[in-house]
Amino acid sequence: MLTYILKRFVQLVPVLFGITLACFFLLRALPGDPATLLLGARGGPEEIAAMKQRLGLDLPLWRQYLLFLGDILSGSLGRSVVYGQSVTKLVLERLPATLWLVAYSTVIAVVLTIPLALWSAVKRDRAPDLLIKLVFTVLLAIPSFWLGLVLVVVLAIWVPLFPTSGYGNGFVERLHHLTLPAFVIALATASLTIRSLRSGILNVLGSDYVTTARAKGNATARTMHVHVLPNALISSISVLGAHTSWVIGGTVVIETVFALPGLGSLFVESIFARDYPMIQGLTVVFAVLVVLINLATDIAYALADPRIRLD
Amino acid sequence: MSKRRLDPTLLVGLAMLLLLCLFVGLGQFWTPHDPFLVDYGNTLQPPSAKHWFGTDDLGRDVASRVMAGGLVDLRVALVCVVAPAILGIAIGALSGFVGGRVDTVIMRITDIFWAFPFHVLVIAIVGVLGPGEANLYLAFLLVNWISFARITRGEVLVLRELEYVQAARSFGSTDRRIVVAHILPNAVTPAIVFAMADVVLTILAVTSLSFLGLGIQPPTPEWGLMIADGRQFLFDAWWIATAPGLAIIYTGVTFALIGEGLDTALRPKG
Repeated sequence: MLTYILKRFVQLVPVLFGITLACFFLLRALPGDPATLLLGARGGPEEIAAMKQRLGLDLPLWRQYLLFLGDILSGSLGRSVVYGQSVTKLVLERLPATLWLVAYSTVIAVVLTIPLALWSAVKRDRAPDLLIKLVFTVLLAIPSFWLGLVLVVVLAIWVPLFPTSGYGNGFVERLHHLTLPAFVIALATASLTIRSLRSGILNVLGSDYVTTARAKGNATARTMHVHVLPNALISSISVLGAHTSWVIGGTVVIETVFALPGLGSLFVESIFARDYPMIQGLTVVFAVLVVLINLATDIAYALADPRIRLD
Repeated sequence: MSKRRLDPTLLVGLAMLLLLCLFVGLGQFWTPHDPFLVDYGNTLQPPSAKHWFGTDDLGRDVASRVMAGGLVDLRVALVCVVAPAILGIAIGALSGFVGGRVDTVIMRITDIFWAFPFHVLVIAIVGVLGPGEANLYLAFLLVNWISFARITRGEVLVLRELEYVQAARSFGSTDRRIVVAHILPNAVTPAIVFAMADVVLTILAVTSLSFLGLGIQPPTPEWGLMIADGRQFLFDAWWIATAPGLAIIYTGVTFALIGEGLDTALRPKG
């Protein structure tokens, strides 16, 4: 097991390197340059030249990349032009809210996904399956920012059960504040994961060992508990892992709707402030978050399913 | 094919699409009211016989703006899926057919892009380029091709080993002919099915960007932008944000059903 984990960590290195490379060169390859972007219409040629020098944009591209990489390796992601602080410091301040949101919405998504996918698979092509499919097809098509607004009107203004925005202090208050935003993300996630898990469970139901268990005369309930459910739980780990990127992308819009002090709202603020180093730094941070969460789910999956680590 | 009955899901989806096209198409020639007409004596009116979905904070008719705004969203969503789909299918076919080092390099690139959350990368690109329709196209082209390339590559890897392709090769067909005439027509099916699902996600992403102020710019009527406008009046005038929201959901369900139906209809039996 330890070998497997070590191997996965070693495999991480080229991926992280690739992320910095892709982020840097993709954003630089776009028309327009960061100095002009920062200064906007205010900048004359001299101001732009001065800003280029300040940001190191007058250096050759490969040296700029090495400086960026050096910054990352020394634990700083550059310096925000607008806040005048290190990007890392701002990221660490805003990270907890995003992690809370991701964790909470994942829990809700799991609670929705596992029973509904099981029910759907067992009642394949019958009323419950079709109903779940229909409901979640509609849910997938609902823009999360719109659903967020609707829930605010209904559950925060008409029936004041939840706060309209903000993040709160302490565990209970935080859960209370994050329930609506986490629920919105969870519904969008569940509409994808229920489908994947359902087909995973159908595969298990059609497998030889389930047929054998049934042939041995096991009751349906026992077959489900002993054979189907554990395997469904294990595949739900990988199904959720595959949608990490989706969940994290969802936080960007939802944090803005609910005014949560997370990475997503910081990202949108930076876009409007034209804070180039922040945009670049945060893009890397988001990708690294996805990679780390995927690694964690892979390791959890390997712990739960011995076939993976023996591969 | 003629014997095979059309999938009911696909039929419902196509019927909904026809209705959507009529609704949006009509909106280009005729709307109940002028979608741009500002009327300060008539702001924030609730739905009535005259204004089916009420009026917004500038007194403009919400229903007319939803009708007129559909074209932008449909156009952006289709271009933002079709252009990257063509690029992705071409890259995926190349990667799968040529194999070797080309394949390894292309797949590593897609692996890395895969790590970036879709919304984050699109927002970063639009943030650097600035808002606007043309920039949305570029941003989605840069991001959306990846899934198509991966899907097509997987198909091509399987197909190129099949007997009929080997047969074509032994008859002396050129590589180009094998790919274009024998592999691609069969390899694109999953990509087409995925494209329908991708239209749903792209409409959500495009309207999200407009909602955040990074997509289509006012005063163009556009659904995401209308929801952003209505956000300030949620309590007093819920209808401003409701109508465009329902339009987005209807459009999304339409393409989701078509995707689902195509998947059933095109999947090989057995």
